[in-house]
Amino acid sequence: MYPFAYTRASTVQTALSLGGRGGRYLAGGTTLVDLMRETVERPGSVVDIDALPLRDITAVAGGGLRIGALARMSEVARNQLVRTTYPVVAQALELSASPQLRNMASIGGNIMQRTRCTYFRDVSAACNKREPGTGCAAREGYNRTHAILGTSEACVATHPSDLAVALMALEAIVRLAGPGGDRQVPFGTFLLQPGTTPNREHDLRPGELITAVEIPAHPRPLVSGYLKVRDRQSYEFALTSAAVALRIQGGVIRDAKVAAGGVGTIPWKLRAVEQALIGRRPSAELWTRAAARAAEGAQPLRHNRFKVQLLQRTVERQLRVIGGTR
Amino acid sequence: MSEQIPAESEQTPEGSVSRRTFVAGTAVVGAVATAGGIALVVDADDAESAAAALSATTGRVSLRVNGEQHTATVDNRTSLLDLLREQLGLTGTKKGCDHGACGACTVLVGDRRVNGCLTLARKVDGAEVTTIEGLADGDDLHPLQQAFIDHDAFQCGFCTAGQIMSGSACIAEGHIGSPAEIREWMSGNICRCGAYTKIVTAVQQAAGRQ
Repeated sequence: MYPFAYTRASTVQTALSLGGRGGRYLAGGTTLVDLMRETVERPGSVVDIDALPLRDITAVAGGGLRIGALARMSEVARNQLVRTTYPVVAQALELSASPQLRNMASIGGNIMQRTRCTYFRDVSAACNKREPGTGCAAREGYNRTHAILGTSEACVATHPSDLAVALMALEAIVRLAGPGGDRQVPFGTFLLQPGTTPNREHDLRPGELITAVEIPAHPRPLVSGYLKVRDRQSYEFALTSAAVALRIQGGVIRDAKVAAGGVGTIPWKLRAVEQALIGRRPSAELWTRAAARAAEGAQPLRHNRFKVQLLQRTVERQLRVIGGTR
Repeated sequence: MSEQIPAESEQTPEGSVSRRTFVAGTAVVGAVATAGGIALVVDADDAESAAAALSATTGRVSLRVNGEQHTATVDNRTSLLDLLREQLGLTGTKKGCDHGACGACTVLVGDRRVNGCLTLARKVDGAEVTTIEGLADGDDLHPLQQAFIDHDAFQCGFCTAGQIMSGSACIAEGHIGSPAEIREWMSGNICRCGAYTKIVTAVQQAAGRQ
């Protein structure tokens, strides 16, 4: 690890001032400290934002939810408001990492966590995300866990967050504070696909700070849940995952929110699946037909072809779990 | 107490500043002073302040460990794990992977189990930390320590301190409804000897006693 200056900010204003001068925000540190130790990250100055008052979890008018950026994963997962209004969020969190890491890691940091691509983490390997222009060792390397959607010539790394898959499905909003004022960004455009600049991962301007994530009030009744498929039963990143929320009234699916994880360079919103569901009656055939569209546009690599079918089956299973009708 | 960070350095696309850039090009720094809970930012543009920023890669930490107050000067890179082991002489907490993957370094900060290896020592200033050395009440072992002995829940023992710290928190959190639930909530602690069955039994026993 390279030496760095450390400052603890006690107000958002101070944090923004320090961040605007190039300080790197540090919350739980579970990603940043690890990557600093690997010298993948080399901030010269770190601003500890843990003491900022951004931990509240509150109801938003109409049934939405606002989660402070510094709330811990474990706090959010066990929060009764979260568990009752958007169980998919609590489930995605509890299926992430380990109890120790969930006690440390913040919601903002969870969204900002960087890929688990082993070539990104290996400073001796070519990686356009870590060192732009050096190439992508994963494309021709061992790419079993890599992305099949949203990839580019430059990068095929997956986004590792489970929470982000739920936020993508539920069309969350990211609230930001910055030197230029506050703004909010739809989650669907907050995380960036790699294109030719995989080093640019999000729509954050220099010095901007995530203050909260807001899930809008989706009409009720809404049933939601998260399914994660992985090599180990626990404490492992997803090979595939599905966040599903359905509103079924009068025997008809009125609304469907579906996104997939473990397969995309960003959490992947499955609009084709949603469209195949809305206005139709739940049935085993419908789940199969809709889920078949989950991998549209997939470009599998040498070692991850299995993800195409696994993704379809993961989505189908979760539609059945949430929508019923076996 | 004041600390400095570099200002107006080149930013990487991630918004961070590399040390190289900082060393090569920075002459302007922001000095931050905290007074009465109100943080102030003061600009300084002299070489003296710039030099001070360079030397601000260490800091002081005051914390309570197992009920005892400690103050130490640490390099900012120091983890809580290394502070405990190298500076405070508490070597019961083990370094396994040093990446937050194995759980051997599990300690309690307040009542939360965390990975000591990924916790910067500077972050626990003012915190209450409990390590394996502080779990027993004098000569009376914590019920989970006794349960590990009763069930022979270890082989080489390297992961044991982390298992017991994590298990004590698992019990306190109430994640003990079934062996499957215990396994899930103990998944952050790896045992390469494979003593999992007995570890789960030990957690069950200790949970029953409380």
